[in-house]
Amino acid sequence: MITSRWTQSLLFVLLAILVALLFTSAVLLMAGASPVAAYWYILKGAFGSWTKIADVAVAWVPLLLATSGLLMTFAAGLWNIGIEGQIVLGAIFTTWVLRVLQHSTLSPAVILFLAIAAGAIGGALWATLAGVLKVYGGVNEIFGGLGLDFVAVALILWLIFGPWKRPGIGSMSGTEPFPQQLWLPTLGQSRLSLWALLLGLVSIGMVYFLLSGTYFGLKLKAVGKNPRAAYLLGIPTTRYLMSAFLLSGLFAGLAGAVQVTAVYHRLIPAISSGYGWLGLMVSMLINFQPAWAAPVTLFFAALNIGSIQLPIVLKLDSSLSGVLQGALVLSFLLMSGVRQRWAHRHPQEAEHE
Amino acid sequence: MSSHDLLIGLAGVLFAAAPVVFATIGETLTERAGVINLSVNGTILLAAMSSFAVAVSTQSIVLGFAMGMLIGAAVALLVAYSSIALKQSQVAVGFVLTLMARDLAYFLGNPYMGRQGPRVQHLPIPVLSKIPVVGPLFFNHDLLTYFSFVLIGLAWWWVFRTRPGLTLQAIGERPAAAYARGAAVNKLRYLYTALGGALVGLAGPTYSLSVKAGWKGTISGLDGIGWIALALTIFGGWDPVRGAAGAYLFALLQWLGLVLQPYLPNVPSQVLQVAPFPLMILTLLLVNIGNAEWVERTLAGLPPDARRAISKVLRWMQVVPPASLGVPFEEE
Repeated sequence: MITSRWTQSLLFVLLAILVALLFTSAVLLMAGASPVAAYWYILKGAFGSWTKIADVAVAWVPLLLATSGLLMTFAAGLWNIGIEGQIVLGAIFTTWVLRVLQHSTLSPAVILFLAIAAGAIGGALWATLAGVLKVYGGVNEIFGGLGLDFVAVALILWLIFGPWKRPGIGSMSGTEPFPQQLWLPTLGQSRLSLWALLLGLVSIGMVYFLLSGTYFGLKLKAVGKNPRAAYLLGIPTTRYLMSAFLLSGLFAGLAGAVQVTAVYHRLIPAISSGYGWLGLMVSMLINFQPAWAAPVTLFFAALNIGSIQLPIVLKLDSSLSGVLQGALVLSFLLMSGVRQRWAHRHPQEAEHE
Repeated sequence: MSSHDLLIGLAGVLFAAAPVVFATIGETLTERAGVINLSVNGTILLAAMSSFAVAVSTQSIVLGFAMGMLIGAAVALLVAYSSIALKQSQVAVGFVLTLMARDLAYFLGNPYMGRQGPRVQHLPIPVLSKIPVVGPLFFNHDLLTYFSFVLIGLAWWWVFRTRPGLTLQAIGERPAAAYARGAAVNKLRYLYTALGGALVGLAGPTYSLSVKAGWKGTISGLDGIGWIALALTIFGGWDPVRGAAGAYLFALLQWLGLVLQPYLPNVPSQVLQVAPFPLMILTLLLVNIGNAEWVERTLAGLPPDARRAISKVLRWMQVVPPASLGVPFEEE
């Protein structure tokens, strides 16, 4: 076969996308809906107007931040399932600082800065807990993280229905909104904050640099590939694992801080909006390579926003976006397995690549 | 609370724990064979929705249950195939499947939300159910609860007291040695993953056709149960009896959350409902801490009496996973 490695990769990518689309179309047909109409409305719902494009960017930021964090833990070979809880804790810490300082004489810019920094610390703290459970308690980080996710949910519900409840009665709609001067400024009439967008892009840029341009990143990846070998080569494994958790939590906490200061302007029970889980999907899809994080998270954010109007126009549940995203990741994983198997069976053809 | 209420409450705990017992024992069998099926949470949701849909459309409970078990086995086989044949990470594939199956359940279950459907018949066992205390506790349920009692013993007997059970332990611990002795390691791994998956799938209809009859989408209250079953598998140290004990503990905590609500007016009810989840997962700390190196070092510095007492307690709680759990095996 004369195809180069590059065209072969492209072929597999296209094949994986095709399989995912076919699967999702079959699901749509099962639900009695037209796949073409569904895809068209998702596209229109994501890019149909400037407001919608801005909404996609609004969803992009926390997803990008969550993915940035996850890429750090994945580099160290860790499944940071606790990321949802870390986003929640970031949002709680940000809300806490805003509540304490909102009537102070400090300028709004300073208050916002402190609140967002507190969010990062909150996320890092929660991630460190998962790290301690893993490194010193022997609790697999998937279950330690899940446990802390549940604790975070209990905590945010307690705050919203307890000490931080609205005057009168607490409700699922969240805490009392903050005064407008404590909102991150947004672009024109849209809900998009350029500050938040900048934060997201700088974060993924930092992660890219850390992982591909520094000794720290190189050693972290060594720990991820083979912790025992890395330890024998003199890398302080424990410290590196804890740093990965800490950095991951920092970015996740920022995601929570952005949700509070730029999007909802208050604390709501579903403040993390599942961006942590989605970030895990993205990380797997891009095979943990930071270079692809920005475009793929943008695409996933577009799918999420695009599917919001499906219940109204087609009477379909908006969880379709999750089905499509899951099908894409699964299809990529399976296809790369098929590809390796194929290369294994046709070694002489693989040599031509 | 009167003793009568207490008895009814405890019988309710045994009834509500049945699906968790199924899922935990299913995952225990799968992991004993060396495969991690992380898709449990999504599988339970998808199986619950599909079996409810089938039961509503056909008015057949049996077909509903068959559908649930079929889905569980199919998802599990996908995990096994991508791991054994395609050499992909079990954790990655299982994790994607758990999220995707959940969204599939919510998407396809939309038309069935809140509909009335058939449910499993209550079936007190004659004579036995009349025995005081024991009767209402154990013999006044439906077939599924009885099956959950039987399954605990059956699974334990199979794993620890039969020859095929010995082979099952071997392919999870030392697959190369088992293979050399003639065990078809990968074939058996497929088999136990499918069997375990079918049991996980059984948990779905046990909810939607019995314990929490119906399908209510995101507010069905089933999201998270699968993760608990995975944690219980570890908590149980891959022993069906100990895992089932964990399932009863979890159901008991959930029930206590409801019972204690009137006595704790300052704690919002939402918090009491989610409290058992973190508690169950943090029990993992207790069973794992004995494996940590620093604990051994600290213990070495203690006076001998204290050391002996503490390490005895730790060893009693401690669990050790099958040595080849999650490691693919290449048959050469």
